[in-house]
Formats: sequence, structure tokens, C-alpha cells
Amino acid sequence: MTAILIAEQVLNGLQFGVMLFLMAAGLTLIFGVMGLINLAHGSLYMVGAFAAATIAGATGSFLLALAAALISAALAGALVELVVIRRLYDRDHLDQVLATFALILIFSEGTRWLFGSFPLYLDIPAWLSGPVMLPGGIQYPLYRLALIVLGLLIALGLWLLISHTRIGVQIRAGENDREMIGALGVNISRLYTLVFALGAGLAGLAGALVGAIQSVQVGMGEPVLILAFVVIVIGGIGSIKGALIGALLVGLADTLGGIFLPELLKLFTDPAKATATGSAFASMAIYILMAVVLVWRPTGLFGARV
Amino acid sequence: MSREALVNSAALLLLVAVPVWALWADEPFTITLATRAVIFALAAAGLNIALGWGGMVSLGHAVYFGLGGYAMGVLAFHAQNYTPLMDWPFTITGTKSMPVIWLVAMISSAVAALVIGLLALRTSGVYFIMITLAFGQMVFFFAISWPTYGGEDGLSIYVRNSFPGLNTLVPIEFYGLCLSVLCVILFLNARLIRSPFGLALNAARQVPHRVETVGMNPTRLKLSALVISGAVTGLAGALFADLNRFVSPTMLSWQMSGEIMVFVIIGGVGRLFGPVVGACLFVLLEHFLGGVSEYWQVFLGLVLLGIVLFGHGGVVGMIAGRGRTHD
Repeated sequence: MTAILIAEQVLNGLQFGVMLFLMAAGLTLIFGVMGLINLAHGSLYMVGAFAAATIAGATGSFLLALAAALISAALAGALVELVVIRRLYDRDHLDQVLATFALILIFSEGTRWLFGSFPLYLDIPAWLSGPVMLPGGIQYPLYRLALIVLGLLIALGLWLLISHTRIGVQIRAGENDREMIGALGVNISRLYTLVFALGAGLAGLAGALVGAIQSVQVGMGEPVLILAFVVIVIGGIGSIKGALIGALLVGLADTLGGIFLPELLKLFTDPAKATATGSAFASMAIYILMAVVLVWRPTGLFGARV
Repeated sequence: MSREALVNSAALLLLVAVPVWALWADEPFTITLATRAVIFALAAAGLNIALGWGGMVSLGHAVYFGLGGYAMGVLAFHAQNYTPLMDWPFTITGTKSMPVIWLVAMISSAVAALVIGLLALRTSGVYFIMITLAFGQMVFFFAISWPTYGGEDGLSIYVRNSFPGLNTLVPIEFYGLCLSVLCVILFLNARLIRSPFGLALNAARQVPHRVETVGMNPTRLKLSALVISGAVTGLAGALFADLNRFVSPTMLSWQMSGEIMVFVIIGGVGRLFGPVVGACLFVLLEHFLGGVSEYWQVFLGLVLLGIVLFGHGGVVGMIAGRGRTHD
């Protein structure tokens, strides 16, 4: 095992983590501001990926496809918020879970109805394909590097939005006291729709970006959604900074665990058994990380202390 | 007799009458469908203990359902291959006997519930939902990547396991067995919620700090409820695997957790027969909507949305009105 291989895996972990951040940021904002647990966030991820694959197939332009993913997921999010979600803010979490579970069924089967069960493919554009040489002699796919950079830029943009703009002030105020900002003349329902659409758009964008590496298929959103939950539990609900750090931790733990645990076990048992056992335990690595954080800090690394 | 008692008696009567009719009309598929409904009802009755009386929104009950299934799968797998489960420090062989399998299923699910509960109950509310979901996914991925017991493909059993005095391969006899188990569990459930423990649990859900003030530990009460809940759902898992003679990671998937929760909610949370009515309704919807369209889950989703947004207290709640004495 060489230093170059390790560096590559660290970059892979970063890339995975940054994409998880796009999902987790929306979820944590929606929870922080509206107090809503949204299981259907993974469906919006899927909507983005399907929109991107369709537009890329029709026009051949990757940038148009990304724009389509962002816009269609944001629109789907706004629509869902107006029709269903806004009736759920005053309900308990149980109703929210069931209603958003119902939304998953509708989105998943509806997409299967429209697009069929076969996966679609979204190609990496020519100007982003191929490897790039990094300092230290590391060859790394340009597209994945672009994902890392883009994800970090979006994180920066979100931070600026939340901490330096008027909307950001309203969002932060909404997290603290929704009645007060209503009394101060802010249109809360519009703010809620906006935040929900923003989160949905980020999820859709993540779906399209990841869809170009993996395949675009029904049900692609839920595994990512559950990982995003792990990220939020680790980072702390409502904290964008927590979401970023949690996402990077989860991305690195998952990628590096999958590589190093089998290698580590090879020191103790025979290789075939070590690979099987190692990969089985590696799939648990991030959840063990979550358990450790829970024992140490039940409200997450950056969550509000209760 | 209260309206809720009427609903309960009607549900029980139907559970006896429909399979008897199916036996007379020679429709074995209806019996299989009813068996499925009864087993789902048992799984949901397990969740109802945690959700309805303990107030714990566990979105990871597929763990216990699947562990119960794997308890049956692993024990029967070793029994049919005549290989020991383990050799050291002492020999454990597989078994085809249902009572032993049930016991193993309940104990392993209870232990899993204890471990998950110890971690998840450090938090509450939305964290609890996410954490139970996450641990469910952990066990799911572990089952997929662990090759010894079939990994992603699951485990098949040639012959259904045996119960003393019954031929479990006859659909109606297996159905009768499952229904008896359900009735015993519901009876114990009714006793449990009237016991001092059940009353304390109820209080722990509603006003935890008062429970604490009178010297009881709400977390410990909830943890005990979760362990009982997991054991019951695990028992259902063992029966479900026996019904299909097959167990796979699908039983551990998050969709399964969601479905078990759906049974409870459409039937009525915190109602003794809520899970029974909910599971029967779900199996009926699945059967009839599935006959109408390949994409029946869209309609299921719409029905669920309707129930959440406009119906309160599930089906039992809508028929029986506000009958919960402890609300």
C-alpha cells in the first residue's frame, strides 16, 4: 500500500463527503428552520438525476443538464411544500414521517411509471473527463476533483448566504423564533417555501453530479438520504458547519474503512476470509462512528446543547 | 361494550371466519394472504408497544423483524445441512423446531433492541428517528456483505419448520398457529398496558419529568418497552421467514421498517387492535391495488397521504372515536 493510493482514497472520501454535504445541508436547514423531518429528500435527489439525464440526452449539454436538475428539483420541492409539507409543520414527527414516506412511494413509483425500471446513464462531458496530474505524482479523475471543488464552493456560498444576506438573517431568525419574525413582518410561509426549494435544489444538484459517476435509477436517493441522516446526527441538527464536517467525516470513514479494514485483518487471518469479514465490517464503519459521537455528544458535534 | 371493543371483536371474527371460508371454498391462496396479514399484524403489534405506549418513533424495526427471520434461516440452514452452528467452545447444532427458533429469534432481537436502545435513547425526537433508521441500515449492509449466510441472495429453506402436534405444511394449520401466537401476544399486550409497568410507561411518554420526580427512570422504562417491542417483532420475523421458507436482507431494509410503521399508523397508534386492522388493510390494498396496476404503490402513497392529512387516529380511531383513556 503506497502513499499515492492512500492519497487517492482520501480524495475519494472527500468527494463522497462533499456530495453528502449537499444532501445534508438541505435536510439540516429544513429541520432547523421548519422543525420538519423530510424522508422524501432522497426523492428530490432522484428527481434531479432524472431531469439531468433527460436533458443531457436531449441537448447533449452537461451544464444545461445540471441547471435542469437544480431547477426541476427546486420546483418539485416548492410544489411538494405548497401541497403537502406545509400542512405538516404543526404535526408531530410521526405524521411527518408517514406523510413523507408516502411521498417517497409516490415519487419512486411515479418515476418508474414515467421512465421504466432500467437505469439511465448520464455521461461525464469531454471537457471534464480524463485524469489530471496532481502535485506529488497523483493521477486523479478530473471530474471527481471538479466535484470536490464545486462542493466546497457551494459550502462557501451557503455560509455567505446564511451569515451575510438578508435572507440568511431571516433563516437564522426563523430557527430561533418563528412567531417573532412573523410579527416583524417577514412572510413566513414564503420563507419556508424558499428554504424548502433551496434544500431541494441542492439535493437535485447532488443527484445529477453523482448520477454521472453512478447510474441514474429509481431508489437511488434513499441510501444517500440515510447517510445524510448519519451526517446530521454527527454534525448536529440545524448546523451547516456541522453538516460539512459530519459529511467529510462520514465520507472519509466510509471510503477509508472499505480499503483499510480488509488490509488490517489480513495481518491476522487468511486473505480471502479477511476480505469478506473486512468488507462486512467496513460497511458498518460510519455507523460505529455515529455511535461513538452519540455516546460522547448526544446532540452532535455542533448541535445546540439542551 | 365500547365501540372499540366492537371493532376489535369484528376484526378477530373476520380473522377466524375468512380462512375457514377459504378452506371450505378451497382457496388456499386466501389462507396464505391471511397468514401474511396476521404475521404483519404481529410485527406491528411489537412496534406498537414502543410507538403507541412508549412514544418512541422507531424507524428501524426491520432490524428485529430481519433478525428473527435470520434466526430461523440460520438455525434451519445448519439443520438441513447437518453442519454445526459452532464447534468451539461447545457444539451448537441447528434445529427445525419452531419453539426453539422462536426463542432464539426473540432473544436475539431483544439483545439488538437493548444495544440500539441504549444508544438511541440518549437522544429523543427527530434524532431518535434518524438513529434507529441509521442502525437499521447498518444491519442491512452487514447482512448484504456477510457471505456466510447467502449475503444479498438470502437463504432458502427446503421444508417449513415443525411444531409439535401440527403439520405446518398444511396452510390452515400454519395459519392457526400464527393466529394463536398473535392472540397470545395481544392478550399479554393488553395485560402489559394495564400493569404498573404499562402505566408508568404511559406516563413516561407524556410527562417524563413527573415520572422522574416520583423516583422512576423514564429512560429505563422506555428501554424495557423497546426490548419487549423488539422481541415481539423478532418473533414475527421468524414466522414470516417460515411462511416464505426464505429470508433475505429485504426483511432488514428501511422500506420494511417504513411498512411496519405504516401498519401501525393506518390501524391506529396506541390501540390494541390498531396494528391488526392496519396490517389486514395493507395486505388487502397490496392485493387489490396490485391487481389493478403495476404501479400500485403510487395509489398506496396517495391513500397514506390522505390518512395522515385528513384522518386522525387511524382506522380504529376513526370508527371508535377517541377511546384512549390515557390521552
